[in-house]
Amino acid sequence: MAEKVLAEITVNVNSEGYFEDPSQWTKEMAFEMAKEYNIDLTDKHFEVLEYLREKHMAGEQLTIRKVGNSGITDIKGLYQLFPGGPLKISSKLAGIPKPASCI
Amino acid sequence: MAQKEEYPLKKVCIICAKGTIEDVYAALIMANGAVMEGIEAKLFFTFFGLDAITKKQMDKLHTGTVGNPALRMPGGLPFPTILGMLPGVEAGVSAMMKSQMEKLDFPPVKEFLEMIVAGGGEIYACKMAADMFKIRKEDLTEEVIDIITVGRFYEMSGGQGTQIIFT
Repeated sequence: MAEKVLAEITVNVNSEGYFEDPSQWTKEMAFEMAKEYNIDLTDKHFEVLEYLREKHMAGEQLTIRKVGNSGITDIKGLYQLFPGGPLKISSKLAGIPKPASCI
Repeated sequence: MAQKEEYPLKKVCIICAKGTIEDVYAALIMANGAVMEGIEAKLFFTFFGLDAITKKQMDKLHTGTVGNPALRMPGGLPFPTILGMLPGVEAGVSAMMKSQMEKLDFPPVKEFLEMIVAGGGEIYACKMAADMFKIRKEDLTEEVIDIITVGRFYEMSGGQGTQIIFT
């Protein structure tokens, strides 16, 4: 387990930078992590992040299809919000583990 | 000490030549998985794989119940080939495959193609196979960009970090 300082708070992350404990996450941390991907987080981004966190906490396996059917954005929109990793990058920014699904 | 250099995968060109549920989904999952990782994906359908992009057939794919030694009963017992020959058995097995996949949130073929295209993936049909099966562009689902020759396919498959995958 590694530690990382985000928004002046030390959090536990794995070797790839995914949160070990989603409860340590704050919005400010998401803003800081998003800079690495050159993403300026908007309200739409946060709607997706909150959705992912909610589903993760409920123990559901996440897929881009599920997010696409959430009513927040469609799959094309999801790719535009998180270029190069619609589920991977969004999960990282949402402070939840790396997605374990293949779709 | 020699340094190990990493060459990340940048593009995959996936060929699907068979029309069973498992052959088609293997290709779709690999293409979708690529675009989800930020890897460019091009998907080529040829021979019986054309069923996956033909409007009339794409949502009626089956799993073969004859000549498949890995096919087993739900409890794990071997599936006798002679049983697979009975009318309706292939349809039943195929329906079961689809329902299992639906549980894992695998979309139907048409929706899967839409997902791949939404992620920037490209879908093509093989000219020779289309000619052979008398399939025209209008018979194919709208996600298909074009019917192309093998030469065009190789042109598209260039570039460092590209792999051609035959499922």
